[in-house]
Amino acid sequence: MTEAMHEPPRSRSTLDHALYVLRDNPVTLIAFAMFALLLFMALFGPLVAPYDPLASNTDVALKPPSAAHWFGTDNLGRDVFSRVLVAARLDLMISIAAVALSFIVGSVLGAAAGYWGGWIDTVLGRLLDTIMAFPLFVLAMGIVAALGNSVENIIYATAIINTPFYARLVRAEVNIRRNAGFAQAAKLAGNSDLRVLAFHIFPNALPPMMVQVSLNLGWSILNAAGLSFIGLGVRPPTAEWGVMVAEGANFIVSGEWWVALFPGLALMFAVFTFNLLGDGLRDIVDPRQRT
Amino acid sequence: MSGRLRAISLRILQAVPVVIGVVVISFVLTRALPGDPAVYFAGPAADEASIAQIRKELGLDRSWPEQFAIYVGALLSGDLGKSLSTGQPVLSDLATRLPASLELTLVSLLLACAIAIPLGVLAATRPGSWIDHLCRILVTAGVSLPTFFTGVVLIYVFYYLLGFAPSPLGRLDFIYIAPPATTGFYLIDAAIVGDWSTWAAALRQLVLPATTLALFTLAPIARMTRAAMLSALSADFIRTARAAGLRGRTVLFAYAFRNALLPVVTTLGMVFSFMLGANVLVEKVFAWPGVGSYAVEALVVSDYAAVQGFVLAMALLFVALNLLIDLIYSLIDPRIGFSAQ
Amino acid sequence: MLKLTDLSVRFRTRRGPVDAVRSVSLELGRGETLGVVGESGSGKSVTSYALMRILDRGGEIVAGDAVYGGVDLRRASERAMADIRGREISMIFQNPRAALNPIRTVGRQIEDVLRRHSRATAQTARRKAIKAMEAVRIQDAAARYHAYPFELSGGMCQRIVIAIALACDPKLLIADEPTTGLDITTQKAVMDLIAELIRERDMSAILITHDLGLAAQYCDRIAVMKDGEVVETGASADVFGAPAHAYTRKLVSATPRDGAQLRGLLPAEARKPPPARAALGAPILEVQELTKTFPGKAGPVHAVKGVSFDVRDGETVGLVGESGCGKSTTSAMIVRLLDPTSGRIVFKGEDLARRPAARFARDPLRAQIQMVFQDATDSLNPRHTSRQSIEEPLRRLSPLGARARSARIEELADLVGLPQPLLDRFPHQLSGGQKARVGIARAIALEPRFLILDEPTAALDVSIQAIVLNLLADLRAKLGMSYLFVSHDLHVVRLLCDRVVVMRAGEIVEQGAVEEVMRAPSDPYTQSLLDAAPRPPVALAAE
Repeated sequence: MTEAMHEPPRSRSTLDHALYVLRDNPVTLIAFAMFALLLFMALFGPLVAPYDPLASNTDVALKPPSAAHWFGTDNLGRDVFSRVLVAARLDLMISIAAVALSFIVGSVLGAAAGYWGGWIDTVLGRLLDTIMAFPLFVLAMGIVAALGNSVENIIYATAIINTPFYARLVRAEVNIRRNAGFAQAAKLAGNSDLRVLAFHIFPNALPPMMVQVSLNLGWSILNAAGLSFIGLGVRPPTAEWGVMVAEGANFIVSGEWWVALFPGLALMFAVFTFNLLGDGLRDIVDPRQRT
Repeated sequence: MSGRLRAISLRILQAVPVVIGVVVISFVLTRALPGDPAVYFAGPAADEASIAQIRKELGLDRSWPEQFAIYVGALLSGDLGKSLSTGQPVLSDLATRLPASLELTLVSLLLACAIAIPLGVLAATRPGSWIDHLCRILVTAGVSLPTFFTGVVLIYVFYYLLGFAPSPLGRLDFIYIAPPATTGFYLIDAAIVGDWSTWAAALRQLVLPATTLALFTLAPIARMTRAAMLSALSADFIRTARAAGLRGRTVLFAYAFRNALLPVVTTLGMVFSFMLGANVLVEKVFAWPGVGSYAVEALVVSDYAAVQGFVLAMALLFVALNLLIDLIYSLIDPRIGFSAQ
Repeated sequence: MLKLTDLSVRFRTRRGPVDAVRSVSLELGRGETLGVVGESGSGKSVTSYALMRILDRGGEIVAGDAVYGGVDLRRASERAMADIRGREISMIFQNPRAALNPIRTVGRQIEDVLRRHSRATAQTARRKAIKAMEAVRIQDAAARYHAYPFELSGGMCQRIVIAIALACDPKLLIADEPTTGLDITTQKAVMDLIAELIRERDMSAILITHDLGLAAQYCDRIAVMKDGEVVETGASADVFGAPAHAYTRKLVSATPRDGAQLRGLLPAEARKPPPARAALGAPILEVQELTKTFPGKAGPVHAVKGVSFDVRDGETVGLVGESGCGKSTTSAMIVRLLDPTSGRIVFKGEDLARRPAARFARDPLRAQIQMVFQDATDSLNPRHTSRQSIEEPLRRLSPLGARARSARIEELADLVGLPQPLLDRFPHQLSGGQKARVGIARAIALEPRFLILDEPTAALDVSIQAIVLNLLADLRAKLGMSYLFVSHDLHVVRLLCDRVVVMRAGEIVEQGAVEEVMRAPSDPYTQSLLDAAPRPPVALAAE
């Protein structure tokens, strides 16, 4: 009851802090604006797209950008602008789902290994070493090839190659705080090991994790698009940035640049956004940045 | 320094479980195919009889441990299966195409290091200067660039618009003949026989794909160099060196840079991981006849033996590279082997 | 020889300029040793970096002059400065291991300096480097020449740093906290060596330290700095014997020394009568044959080898020893963070050693045994406000509801002298002393019977240490607690403790009433600990 009385000022100060970080660092502000645009594309892309992304119209095939087709048309006469817009949802969904999966699995495994050490640590270390022994994109290729060509399998493959990063990061962050004074103090205050780990140590690993999440979102989009580019996962005619660049690449040597350029730029924009977002997110999650 | 020798042999021994792990995962991947692996390995055009024969050849009718033993036995005798599309053993396919990939990767790596390390050092010694900002922009942009897209843009600009670059099809224009294979690296082989026009042609073909890969690679190297250099420069021992009156050059190179090199060398492992992956995409864009485009072609025709052979070969190559990196590291860092004593 | 006139140093930071040194004027004669003393942040190190012109990035001399032997150090070219550094003026630093290049052999590092100042050629460098190592009393210098810093002890590393500094026979040596990070016995050896070399070579020296005892013992003249300004200078005996400035008085009285009483550490105006002590009761804690063995790579490590002592109700026992003596392991076992290998921990008649540490969090006795941690910064969760930190034990182990907890937290804040508005701050927004108060408030929140104090003042400046020690004494009287005070410093322990237990290498070498042990130690190790501690200025009249 009094709990509730304490809560409002706290949450307000968190919001204040977020606003302060945004005001303080214009780069973060820009990154968040870019992220908002991406989210808008992902949520409302299909609603605002001027054309059906799959409808082909050979009369207008391979037309350069114009008032009617802002980004031009592809070899089947499909509107590139609409396709770029609609593809945002699929690309973001793949990367967010993959990162969420690896975040959860990596956190649990890494926290347990970092806190308790012993055989859990040894086994996990061996497992991660083995995964990391593969060039990661190549491993993703192998996994998708083995599991079958589908969007879910792209997500699983991306999650598997991301997991070692989270697990190692969390393991290291937890390990250096395992015997920190505040963790011991929390035990003296009557917290069990599990509570100390979950409520005292793990939250302190969040700031570097946020940077990792953000970088990883970008990297996951790149991975998924790369897999589609070589014909794994998302298949034509589905609108996806990697597939679209792959289709457009065939026309680049004859000068039809727009088919590949716009989806490529969209891809770059998304990855760039996530890379910029990282530091800002960390500043918001880290109370030490508060003054 | 027997401690160091012991540390080095220990490190080599540590590669053994990793290799075993790689083989196990590779086995799981070959057997995890949904449906009947025999159908996949036989290819889309196979009939009942040939599928049954493949199943028997692969030992799919036996228990898992037995299958694993057969798989390992085949690996030990160098048998990665046969490629459907080329009809050749996968191993020999990979062996003939590997030099092309290695040449591309190594040239890109050298290019990336040649740009990234000086850039990182300069950025760290002059924080806030234009070179620091340039470094930061390159780093952020570099990791945001999809390699396949960079390649496409470079082709459009330098081949289609400007006409500087030759057509992006392979390692050598069709009017030239490949130099006699000694190392398989065209640049080296052509130089050996003194065929400089072929050498120049090979270099021209190499420039765009190598630049594409290097643009992607230099970002992590530059970022790590800058960070490592900044932390080395703020270390206490730099203050001692300055207080002793050592020259700026000595402080920068003998003291700061040599210490900063350690984390940079460690990052190279991750960099290789990214490069071997990005290689696949770059090879596809530039029709580069390396192992990457071989794997992509195999994927298109569902030639799974070739794909899995490629994955395994890349993993083993990467394990070897990591081992090499660690050995180099132990040569520069005297502390290696101390804890093992 | 060296003259600083109105020297001011400013740092550009993200939050605007910071004046680290303000109008400092100092003079140093030939053959003289000047002590610059002050608490952290007083600008004493920055002053020396400024005159060497090795300020960190963002710092610059904005006013004043520094003249050394006729050379204007502020305006000299960088090239001229580089010639002066190491040849005319040298510096040694705190934390010697970090002060050496970790991947260059120590011999090469000495050679670098010799070659730089043309004191040696490629042929003679090695011989001269070994000579320089012998000059700082390094045994078997030729063999140590090839060693890397990580292969040497902290004291040996400091000798190497001194060898680098003295290799080219400078006329002036600046020693910046040269003993910080070393064990007490090593500290004395290093300081004696420095003093001897200074005398032998007829050098001038500046000793920068926070330790008044060290300054009093080794310096001819003293300059006291506070907030970037010199508040007092004078001959050592005068400054410590009859301090003119109020701040110097405060510093001198706050320094623990022979014969000083706890209240005597506080400034005169803040002294209250000492709290009355209740009579000691029956033993509340009996430690019997406690051992702890850790599995190590090179065989088992016996950290604690059969330790027995007891603490009576209301008593304070000091547990003293150098780092690695097993005192921290012992206290971790008593507070039930660590399971002993064998032995008994009898608390109020119950053997706690039988209750596994992993499950002790829910033990009814958990609230009774609490601890104040060594490093206040490390012991507070950076994501929790002071209020949340203090609330944690109440929330987990007391039956209080949210409203009652809130009242209790405010009561605790008053008790430890923490202003209420600070309750909603995060640790990084608090000073060292404030963090220590939060840590203490948390430890006493459940009104424990027994409190372990693990070097609670080790990271604090002396004036703050004086306040915290007095607070602990007041709380002990008010709440009737028993303390186990873990420390490396016998002079601090003496102030608060009734009895003292001295540990060395996992064993107890001596225990007894604190005054007795200090006056007539029965064990030579205790004697060497007492000898090694710098003699604080005793001349100060108690006013």
